[in-house]
Amino acid sequence: MCDAQPTREQQLQRILTPLQRFIKAENIVTSVEALRAYECDAFTTMRQLPLLTVLPDTIEQVQQIMRLCYELDIPVVARGAGTGLTAGSMPVENGLLLSMTKFDRILDIDIANKTALIEPGVRNLAVTQAAAPYNLYFAPDPSSQLACSVGGNVAENAGGIHCLKYGLTVHNILELDVITIEGERLTLGGASLDAAGYDLTALFAGSEGLLGVIVGIRVKLLAKPASARVLLCGFDSIENASHAIAHIIAAGIIPAGLEMIDHTGINAIEELMHAGYPIDAAAVLICELDGSIEEVEDELTRVMSLLEALDAANIQISNNEEEKARIWAARKAAFPAMARLAPDNYIMDGTIPRRALADVWQRINQLADEYQLLVVNVFHAGDGNMHPSILFDAMDADQHHRAEELGTRILELCIEVGGTISGEHGIGLEKINQMCLQFTEAEIQQFHAVKAAFDAKNLLNPGKQIPTLARCAEFHAMHVHQGEMPFPHLERF
Amino acid sequence: MLDIQDLTAQVQQAAATKSPLQIRGGGSKHFYGAATSGTPLMMAEYQGIINYEPSELVITARAGTPLKEIEQLLAQQGQMLGFEPPRFSDHATLGGTVACGLSGPRRPYAGAVRDFVLGVTLINGQGQRLKFGGQVMKNVAGYDLSRLMCGALGTLGVLLDISLKVIPKPHYEETRVLSASFPQMQSLLADIGLQPVPVSATLQHEDQLYIRLSGAQGGVREAIQRIGGDTLADSDSLWHNLKEQQHAFFQQPAPLWRVSIPPMAPAIPDSLYDGQILTEWGGALRWLYSQQGEQIQQWAKAQGGHATCFRNPMAGTHIFTPLPAALLALHQRLKARFDPEHIFNIGRIYPDL
Ligand SMILES: Cc1cc2nc3c(=O)[nH]c(=O)nc-3n(C[C@H](O)[C@H](O)[C@H](O)COP(=O)(O)OP(=O)(O)OC[C@H]3O[C@@H](n4cnc5c(N)ncnc54)[C@H](O)[C@@H]3O)c2cc1C
Ligand SMILES: Cc1cc2nc3c(=O)[nH]c(=O)nc-3n(C[C@H](O)[C@H](O)[C@H](O)COP(=O)(O)OP(=O)(O)OC[C@H]3O[C@@H](n4cnc5c(N)ncnc54)[C@H](O)[C@@H]3O)c2cc1C
Repeated sequence: MCDAQPTREQQLQRILTPLQRFIKAENIVTSVEALRAYECDAFTTMRQLPLLTVLPDTIEQVQQIMRLCYELDIPVVARGAGTGLTAGSMPVENGLLLSMTKFDRILDIDIANKTALIEPGVRNLAVTQAAAPYNLYFAPDPSSQLACSVGGNVAENAGGIHCLKYGLTVHNILELDVITIEGERLTLGGASLDAAGYDLTALFAGSEGLLGVIVGIRVKLLAKPASARVLLCGFDSIENASHAIAHIIAAGIIPAGLEMIDHTGINAIEELMHAGYPIDAAAVLICELDGSIEEVEDELTRVMSLLEALDAANIQISNNEEEKARIWAARKAAFPAMARLAPDNYIMDGTIPRRALADVWQRINQLADEYQLLVVNVFHAGDGNMHPSILFDAMDADQHHRAEELGTRILELCIEVGGTISGEHGIGLEKINQMCLQFTEAEIQQFHAVKAAFDAKNLLNPGKQIPTLARCAEFHAMHVHQGEMPFPHLERF
Repeated sequence: MLDIQDLTAQVQQAAATKSPLQIRGGGSKHFYGAATSGTPLMMAEYQGIINYEPSELVITARAGTPLKEIEQLLAQQGQMLGFEPPRFSDHATLGGTVACGLSGPRRPYAGAVRDFVLGVTLINGQGQRLKFGGQVMKNVAGYDLSRLMCGALGTLGVLLDISLKVIPKPHYEETRVLSASFPQMQSLLADIGLQPVPVSATLQHEDQLYIRLSGAQGGVREAIQRIGGDTLADSDSLWHNLKEQQHAFFQQPAPLWRVSIPPMAPAIPDSLYDGQILTEWGGALRWLYSQQGEQIQQWAKAQGGHATCFRNPMAGTHIFTPLPAALLALHQRLKARFDPEHIFNIGRIYPDL
């Protein structure tokens, strides 16, 4: 029996002894009950227990942990707040889960340069709160901003309601302090607007913890606009709602936010929040305009006339902060509102050219009928980022299977119209098969090659984000509809 | 037109024989970066706009397309490139612009090249044609290899097709001129920076400060009240001359340094440069002439930034600020993963890269 895999217990002992030399016992979690808290992120249908969880509280400790894991060939998965939607921070078997929650300090707010130096575990909203006394804020605002960490935002290149105008996380960071799998500390980017060498800050944004562990972030802060008003209106057809998006953008207006909610979504949200959304509408559009007072009034008038021409009804416009907050709070409650409709929710994140909006939206509804599942669409319409949520019950194996199939069909549709399978949530493990639909073998190999430049032993979040070629071959073999590949015109292998 | 098959074949041939290539766009930024040698790979013929839909705010074009042509097309639709790239010549190509990663006066307020690149098709060092990113505003499928190409000076691959996000032209622009020394500029900008003032460019030189304001007319007017100064009549030519370095300041034959640091970093010590400094980007970009490159680079680094010898380097100058050893080693590994036979634009950024 000498070639048997080491047991979990044996693996644990290998790492525990050296680890305990520099990490306090209270920051090492090994009991199975306590590890349950780390077995999944917000995509709860995929779970895996880690070998152990470690909560370092200094950068030196992170370096030492990395060196140890490198030496012992133990995989490392970084975890922020665990709000990811794609099993990105789900542990890997026999791997170490590196929880970054103790890195929760805002180290410096540089008012003059409008930047903040923060640790990766700081919650997204905490940055804006700390900057508020100076009339500054951190622009990326995912709906999860109360809970998610900025380290997680960088690793996912998270977006939010206001990224249409103010950009994604990648546009709002200047510098990253990272630790490589070999325990080396590197500074990427700088306090300046550009840096010498390759743009590794941009490469790290959205790299899902596969290239290194982020231990420090210099973010940009923006001055709060003098005025911001939110307009909400209903449409009785998906076509008109989609046209409204195209017309606003074509008029040269870039709203701070431009969101859409479908009929089912409106009703689910209204039931939970009583925000005054028009429950009969086929779709609700929310448009925030910001800037100087005059600018906002001017754009508001122009947007109103565009909307009226498209038969928008129930137009509401916020007159104060409270009304604005009420409209947005309801939008941001979409997730819990849907949770009341079904036990499980499979959120798609495909992004498409805006011109395809009405078409794709309708075809998604047709697909939902075909698979006999309820799909709710609450999404960032302004940048074409669809979020169809497939509602199902994972306890029902058949429903679960249909939900997965439907998800794949929806993402294929997004690729077909020139879009992508993920706009902001990332790939993780949840969408890894669909990567095989979007990229060719050579492209996937190039991704692996980039990873190898950072992590030759493939120890950082292994198995996530970039599928192996074997996995793709298997996926393609299984994913054949009635003996025929879907969309045979798409380049694939 | 030059086709992709040809280009790919040239790269494969070069890889097979391990013979270096120098990727040539329009030759407009010939002066920039370190010299490289090798067989030229001519991109200027690989041109043409592939797709432009104004309501999508996206343009896709072949790398050899003249920048001028792209900007003219956008202007017809009331749109523009947000990063306001310098051309330095009518021959400047889109590929060279992205490869150099240079952005103009609007950069701090609108974003850099890398902020607008949505996707690229490229040929890697094995002669494979690869597509990363796309034509949509948000895309996190796989690593963001298209942004990585920005500023890589063609050392990682040959850019074929590039998709860029474009922005609507501002409705209204006005430039104010006031007299202000460098410290006066810093305190004025620090003060107004905490308010959402629609500044879209600044220039400070010889105790004059120029501030360009862009946006809705009302917003610009409001800002003018706060800033003061006088309206500059022919402002377009000022910003054009600045962007294209046709301003008198840039005409000296000495080593010209580009110092990129936080905007509120202190004034550069007098002892480090000759003559006057020209400051853009609200203080974040400073141009000066100096024979003391190494000291300038050290000083910039201490401020959290870097310095590049932009024109007329002296023999032996490190054109780009040298990287710490571990970071340079990472650059080399990354380069080797794109260009295993070491054929693309060798030495353009750093020797051995
Ligand atoms: C209700 C709800 C609403 C949401 N709304 C949005 C939205 O509007 N927009 C949006 O973009 N996302 C949204 N999300 C998804 C999620 O909040 C984001 O992806 C967020 O950025 C994840 O941050 P986190 O700290 O929870 O990271 P985790 O879930 O803990 O980790 C995410 C990934 O980041 C990596 N990671 C975390 N920290 C580090 C680090 N320090 N160094 C290296 N890698 C690290 C992990 O390994 C993992 O791959 C939503 C999620 C929920 C539950
Ligand atoms: C006729 C001629 C002769 C030259 N002779 C020499 C010489 O002997 N020695 C020497 O050192 N230099 C020489 N140069 C300049 C040399 O080619 C430049 O260093 C460099 O190529 C920048 O100019 P460019 O032609 O690419 O122009 P630009 O368009 O300004 O390109 C700037 C940068 O972008 C890169 N680039 C351009 N297009 C792409 C693309 N599609 N994909 C990836 N990268 C791209 C270029 O390689 C260059 O680094 C010569 C240039 C010309 C036009």
